[in-house]
Amino acid sequence: MASVRGMANQIPLVDYLVLGDAPHLTARECTACGARFFDRRNACASCSGTEFHTVAVGTDGEVKAFTIVTFAAPGVPVPFVSAIVDCGGTSVRGNIINVEPTPEHVSLGMKVRLATYLIGTDDNGTEAIGFGFEPN
Amino acid sequence: MSDPIWILGIHMTKFGKYPDLDTVDLASQAALAALKDGGVSMKDMGVLAAGCLMASNAGIGQQLQKQIGQTGIPVYNVANACATGATALRTAIMAVKSGEVDMGLAVGVEKLAGAGLLGAGGRPKSDKNEWNPSGRYGAVTSTDGRIGTDSMPGVFAQVGMEYGHKYGGTSFELFAKISEKNHAHSTLNPLAAYTKRMTLEEIMNDVMIAYPNTRPMCSANCDGAAAAVVVSDAKLKTLSLEQQRRAIKVSASVLTSDPYEEGCQVLPNVNTLTRNAVKLAYEQAGIGPSDLDLVELHDCFATAELVHYDNLMLCEEGGAVDFFNSGATWRDGGTPVNVSGGLESKGHPIAATGIANIWEVCHHLRGEAGDRQIEGAKVGLAHVIGLGSACGVHILERSGL
Repeated sequence: MASVRGMANQIPLVDYLVLGDAPHLTARECTACGARFFDRRNACASCSGTEFHTVAVGTDGEVKAFTIVTFAAPGVPVPFVSAIVDCGGTSVRGNIINVEPTPEHVSLGMKVRLATYLIGTDDNGTEAIGFGFEPN
Repeated sequence: MSDPIWILGIHMTKFGKYPDLDTVDLASQAALAALKDGGVSMKDMGVLAAGCLMASNAGIGQQLQKQIGQTGIPVYNVANACATGATALRTAIMAVKSGEVDMGLAVGVEKLAGAGLLGAGGRPKSDKNEWNPSGRYGAVTSTDGRIGTDSMPGVFAQVGMEYGHKYGGTSFELFAKISEKNHAHSTLNPLAAYTKRMTLEEIMNDVMIAYPNTRPMCSANCDGAAAAVVVSDAKLKTLSLEQQRRAIKVSASVLTSDPYEEGCQVLPNVNTLTRNAVKLAYEQAGIGPSDLDLVELHDCFATAELVHYDNLMLCEEGGAVDFFNSGATWRDGGTPVNVSGGLESKGHPIAATGIANIWEVCHHLRGEAGDRQIEGAKVGLAHVIGLGSACGVHILERSGL
């Protein structure tokens, strides 16, 4: 998203979000079988292989499941749209953002693209940047 | 084929609120009643398997023994999410099947009344004053609500929506109609936590929790316990004719976990492990889905019930919407599902659920289900899913004596 300014001190919400001119997500891909994971790995859940390399995940996708959460844990702002987005064969979990969180505005099969946004600034002046998917 | 295992005695407490009883009291009630139902006592038991998910490190099995009989037998305290009760039962069955013991007791208990939202953690979430990456994703702050949802109603809403995306035909109204059925069924179950019939409009206009699941479409948090006594075939033959007549054959007992598939660590896949479990169960029992007179499946949310019609092969692949719309799963349909009222109205005291659903099936197979009896029921299936995931499937048959 264009509104992410080129501030000196930015940190991604999670380590698989790459910031910069072309923000994108990365995955740890099993060298042996190609299974992709977003978390720190010990081995592959699919083939038990232990070699991984980092791959960029496509930023365009299609909503294959969603829910509009209106009741969440204390401190979690509602409503928000939680979704599973198919990014060229890799399933990604993320919110649908920059859209009204109602069933009229979100639909299965909807085309979306990755977008980033400012979560907040800490005491050191560092900005945390999150990601979501917005209608494409 | 090895000799069958039988359920000799079984009981569930009424599900609801028990402010004056603790989990040990409820587990004791269920266990004592199951033993009495089977005409046996703690002295006959060779093994005890017990679960209480919310206190899974408390040794509920030994606490129970200290109330109803410390006979020195081995205790297995088990925890397997919502499949905890089924896991306890399966543990007792495995012990009997191995030949180490000829009788075992399985107990599941939970106190969950007023527990609120599950899966999202009990502590309020707030950002810290400094962003420091931590955990398996190097997250600088809480991700719940920022990268999807951790809440169970939301996770299972997505499970139902994913089915809709794959096969079409789903809608808010369709999912609400599934809930309408289960609430209607519950009116005949005196042990259900909620027995109020709800109209489709009432269900759809109730508080939205995670679209498309409104509050009555979510499993009801409540207190309760269930227990079962299992016995070997050889031992059963030494017992009275009445005990043999009421004994229920465990034609299949299966527990699976989720095999790796693309996306399964992003949205839990509750489908494949259920299908794997039921395929094995049908094979063990030598029956098919069309032979089932009733099914109790894990409707933790209305959106989950739909996908399990398909996963349990009650309908053709992709045909769950048409199957439901045909009326098949109402109590007067071809494959009655959740005639107990299901988790949405009977309630879901987590560790009790995986034995309570078996109690429901046994009750019908014995012809003892009163007003909600499915006439002439001979074969039934009980299914649970614990997210993470674990799936328990049991197929039960009446003795035929």
